[in-house]
Amino acid sequence: MADRSKTIKVDYLARVEGEGALHIDYDDSGVQNVQLKIFEPPRFFEALLRGRDYLEAPDITARICGICPVAYQMSAVHAMENALNLKPGGALRMLRRLLYCGEWIESHMLHISMLHAPDFLGYPNAVAMAKDHPEIVKNALEIKKAGNALVRLIGGREVHPINVRVGGFYKVPEARELTALVAQLEMARGLTEQLVRWSAALPFPSYEWRRDNHYEFVALTHPSEYPMNEGRITSSAGLNISAQDYENHFAEEHVAHSTALHCTLRERGAYLVGPIARYNLNRDKLSPRALQLAEEINFTAPCLNPFQSILVRSLEVLHAFEEALHIIDRYQPPAEPHLKTEPRTASGCAATEAPRGLLYHRYDIDEKGKITTAKIVAPTSQNQKTIEDDLRLMLPSFMHFPEDKLQGLCERAIRNYDPCISCSTHFLQLHLNYGQAQSKQSMVTGKPGQPPAR
Amino acid sequence: MVSNQQPIASSNPTPKLAIWKFTSCDGCQLSLLDCEDELLSLAAQVDIAYFLEASSEVKEGPFDISLVEGSITTPSDEERILEVRRQSRFLISIGACATAGGIQALRNFADVQEFTDVVYAHPEYIATLKESTPISGRVAVDFELQGCPINKHQLLEVISAFLHRRAPQVANHSVCIDCKLRGNVCIWVAHGTPCMGPVTHAGCGAICPSYNRGCYACYGPKENPNTESLCHWWDEKLNVENTLIVENLRNFNPLAPSFKVQSEDRQEDGER
Repeated sequence: MADRSKTIKVDYLARVEGEGALHIDYDDSGVQNVQLKIFEPPRFFEALLRGRDYLEAPDITARICGICPVAYQMSAVHAMENALNLKPGGALRMLRRLLYCGEWIESHMLHISMLHAPDFLGYPNAVAMAKDHPEIVKNALEIKKAGNALVRLIGGREVHPINVRVGGFYKVPEARELTALVAQLEMARGLTEQLVRWSAALPFPSYEWRRDNHYEFVALTHPSEYPMNEGRITSSAGLNISAQDYENHFAEEHVAHSTALHCTLRERGAYLVGPIARYNLNRDKLSPRALQLAEEINFTAPCLNPFQSILVRSLEVLHAFEEALHIIDRYQPPAEPHLKTEPRTASGCAATEAPRGLLYHRYDIDEKGKITTAKIVAPTSQNQKTIEDDLRLMLPSFMHFPEDKLQGLCERAIRNYDPCISCSTHFLQLHLNYGQAQSKQSMVTGKPGQPPAR
Repeated sequence: MVSNQQPIASSNPTPKLAIWKFTSCDGCQLSLLDCEDELLSLAAQVDIAYFLEASSEVKEGPFDISLVEGSITTPSDEERILEVRRQSRFLISIGACATAGGIQALRNFADVQEFTDVVYAHPEYIATLKESTPISGRVAVDFELQGCPINKHQLLEVISAFLHRRAPQVANHSVCIDCKLRGNVCIWVAHGTPCMGPVTHAGCGAICPSYNRGCYACYGPKENPNTESLCHWWDEKLNVENTLIVENLRNFNPLAPSFKVQSEDRQEDGER
């Protein structure tokens, strides 16, 4: 049999968005090379932040991602506060956690309902799925809506909230404003419990191919909380460092086939961030109901099957509702909406847990508070190598699959990581090469085949 | 242009809607998925023919309505937008990137090569244009919906208007009007907080002033803004530093003409 190479084309990923392709070279002896190629239109955030005011960091970096702007705002303000030696505590700290709960809920629910569930049930999208499973989609949208309500109240709006400030917030809610959300949050929490049970019963593909190649899970760990805003950076291989040490242990490299910088652990290479990593390192800190439900469905840690990320996301959504209700129950508005901030020449960094995993920011500012350098490491660039490894390890067992089925499986393996909603869908273009010209794609829809209509 | 010139929603029992992404953060497309209450009923009335963010089903054009998010920053964007225009009966650009270049248009005031060197170890791997361009800078646009991010209710209104062949009801007045309608005390007049509200397009619901914060103009300019006068007031009455004035004109809508001209004038003044 002649050598054949398959090219799988990824249309786009967020913050790693743009044109991408997956190159798989294989022959009779197995898979030789896997490259997830990403051609993100670069937006140069780290460059354009230079010279901007330190108070703008949360607003500008939010625009890196419309799906998880709160995560960027949180990492940005914590890094600035680390530089200025500020520690917003008490109610301010809890409000930030509450805001993060809202984003985890809406971001996870978007992925679960719009992107991931249709995979398991064999639909092209949630709208088609809704025709046969109206309850699942409607309930998922209700849960998501409750998350958005939290973000809207504390942040001002769902996408690119305006209320996050270095030192705290511009304005803090009254206790009664938060209490007004309780009924909606409790209702959504009930729906989430059903969702956890439903997702636990999904048919998960096997992960035998990962048996001898263990992931290294990396996530924040906090002494008493499931990690969101604070904690040390830990891993399943024993790493335990503060954010200040991040760059000593993690390296970014720019490879030819991607505009997303590849991140690796200097000592050990690829690693995994995100819900599964958080869960494996912090399961015991889940809220009571989430933990009880995990026990009930016999879902233990470590979870080693990347396809089960949908279940972990559901559990994290449940945890976020419980955490949110717990915070609202104890909330007393702080005396001041934010600590006083005075710029000075300083450097600071922070890592927080975005829905998709660890998000690291570092800034240098001058005496006027202008940013002189910025460094941002997003979760998806950290997972990129692991995604490639998954494909490389998984494919040999499935090379006998017909083309469309193989393509679907590759997509799902990438989608497990929720690299971004954009890559949620049929973003892979599989070309089989038998030494002939590749089929031409339509430039508009990325579909092979018919020329564009005239 | 598309050759089938029959009126929308008559020959196609269900009009075809496409959503395209160029250089952006995805937030404006997400606004559509944030319409939790309306999403399924919208999907029942239009054929969502191309929406990669939400569906793996991809149908060929032509499309009755194309919503375009993002700005043009790469050689492939340049080609693709022409093709999208060719296949779209109506093309609506949504969000600050698509209507005014977005935050990535800060490159237009700098050296993009230097930007590339700062971010990437191997600049030679990067294909990018010197400038970020709004969609209207490349092709004819039938309507522009401003905002970073857009308002989802306005988006539904615009889709609905085009489906029914009527003008979209999107107010062109300033944030101040909405601020008054909310019953806010003016943060500028009462507290001396610099606010872009008087020149900024409504649509956000005047959230920043409602949260005790000056508007930072993420919706871009309103119709006929007097930006020069506003900058003068910031400068003379509020003693705002020139660099901060320029930053407020050059953030998410830096290529909106009235903001761009003013920011260039101010920049020159600052350098003199």
